[in-house]
Amino acid sequence: MTDANDIAQLTDLQTIRKGINARKLVDKIFVALALGSLFSTLGVLIVLIGKLVIEGSKRFGSGFLTFITSVPDSNPEEAGIKIAIVGSILVILVTASIAVPLGIGAGIYLEEYAGRGGIPTWVANIIEVNISNLAGIPSIIYGLLALGVFKAQLKLGETIITAGLTLALLILPIIIVTTRESIKAIPQALREGVYAIGASRWQTIWDHILPASAGGILTGIIVGLSRAIGEAAPLVTIGALTFLTFLPPVPFSPKQGGGVYGPFDWLFAPFTVMPIQVFDWVGRPDPGFNVVNAGAAAVILVFMTLSMNALAIYLRVYFRKRIKW
Amino acid sequence: MTDSTELLLSSTSAPSKGKRKAREFRENIIQTLLLFAAVSSVLVTFGIMEVLVGESFRFFINPELKEVGVENIWADFFNIKDPQWTVLFEEKHFGILTLLSSTLLTSAVALIVAVPVGTTVAIYLSEFAASSLREWLKPILELLAGVPSVVFGYFALNVISPYVRSFNENIPGFNRLSAGIAIGIAIIPIISSIAEDAMRAVPNQMREGSYALGSTRINTAINVILPAAFSGIVASYILGISRAVGETMIVAVAGGLQALYSWNPLEGAATISAYIVQVTLGDVPFGSLEYESIFAAGLTLALITLALNLIGFFLIKRFKETY
Repeated sequence: MTDANDIAQLTDLQTIRKGINARKLVDKIFVALALGSLFSTLGVLIVLIGKLVIEGSKRFGSGFLTFITSVPDSNPEEAGIKIAIVGSILVILVTASIAVPLGIGAGIYLEEYAGRGGIPTWVANIIEVNISNLAGIPSIIYGLLALGVFKAQLKLGETIITAGLTLALLILPIIIVTTRESIKAIPQALREGVYAIGASRWQTIWDHILPASAGGILTGIIVGLSRAIGEAAPLVTIGALTFLTFLPPVPFSPKQGGGVYGPFDWLFAPFTVMPIQVFDWVGRPDPGFNVVNAGAAAVILVFMTLSMNALAIYLRVYFRKRIKW
Repeated sequence: MTDSTELLLSSTSAPSKGKRKAREFRENIIQTLLLFAAVSSVLVTFGIMEVLVGESFRFFINPELKEVGVENIWADFFNIKDPQWTVLFEEKHFGILTLLSSTLLTSAVALIVAVPVGTTVAIYLSEFAASSLREWLKPILELLAGVPSVVFGYFALNVISPYVRSFNENIPGFNRLSAGIAIGIAIIPIISSIAEDAMRAVPNQMREGSYALGSTRINTAINVILPAAFSGIVASYILGISRAVGETMIVAVAGGLQALYSWNPLEGAATISAYIVQVTLGDVPFGSLEYESIFAAGLTLALITLALNLIGFFLIKRFKETY
């Protein structure tokens, strides 16, 4: 009797243990599966960069400097990305000088003024929904906007100013949203303290709110600009894919027919940028272009965007650790 | 006595009337400037609507349509039985489903890649990974999101496509399977980060309750966390689809540029976005049917992504309100 009972209990315990082990095994299988998908995702990133580096190094080996200082050429071994690098820098300069003040200004207004003496809260809510919708609109639609407004109506042509404006509108939502979020994180007590010693609203914002939220805002700006550097679709749409072998005019440099260029003539010069250069080369039938040169240009492009992203991530972690309200 | 008090007051107390006025004036100017900045985003929206709707309207009422053989443009545009998109031919047709089929097909392939991987990664990061490990893994996933889409296009054409073709040489180099896989890789970070946010928003008591009843982690994740975070996870898929639908450079590089109605992923054909790129690569005269047709196609694309985004934001708002 006792024996049978003991045995029953024993088997019971054994089945329970078995059950527990089986369930623990499922847990382990899932972890293995998850780590597998995580590392294959990261593996893709590594394969992608590896492929670019392997193909690109065929150009870098013979002369990295030649590659980045040469103009496009019909011979793949002599073609370079000088025009595209300069174009990218100039376009981003225009984009930043429009999107940064506009985006930070809009973010400040929506956080600090809307519903507090500025526009009523419900209007601010509509603007907020509008901004999140703008952030979700595909970049090619911004290209159509640029084609219809900047090119067709304002007659700005396929120029640096058109490209800069287009990309500025594209990244505006990113900068507005991050500005708002970092201002929102500042405790109300800071504002009240500053008001209490007689500061005006703008003095409060300029001297205290902005410095305290600078880290978050800076992160947003960098993320936005790195997005802008990598975007090709909206610029292809305005018709920017052209074969260019000369740089935009340097301000005050002598013109060919006499006289000098104005300080802003470069804004209205044709351009090409890094992602468009990659797109142009990858679409050609010659492997010297579509594999090697496109890969070499893509390495440099990926290096630019990834280092900006890494900087943004670092800054975010740095400021999060430093500031404890 | 009174004189000296007044003197004392004026020198030490609040600024004079003139100074205060100047300060108010400056404050008002700054406030107005900032208001303009805030309103600029609304102007962008109006600009997009004006351009897309205006040019599409001109497309649909264009008298040239009759000359090229289109009797009823609405019936032609929404033809779902036998859609054709033949803008470059003598006899033109504008069945949007031709382009839309490619857009939907590449997005479906992308989802098949991204949903299982993105969801698994999100569950792992939210429910299994130690916080120190998560701090490392999340930024690396974010880096993947920072790779420009034209570079993913290069990857699709020069790595994925040759691999796909190694199984069957008859598959063309430009095919929508390769493009779709690349889009899928590109949207994994979107899905995993939104889904993870949704899962982490589930209160800890629910986890603890489940553990207390003897659940393992995976039991808890599947039976408690997934249902609780359902709306947020669905939102991550929807926002992922929205990105996939609008993706341009990957399909323009690797998916083929010919407008072709087909549901076979191994064939190459132009999506809506690839068609826009293809047309704008050539020199198209303003006001031509071809020029206006890209806006009609673009409007279709914008409406689809707008609808998806609104559903996505609504769902995200819901999970934020629930907890």
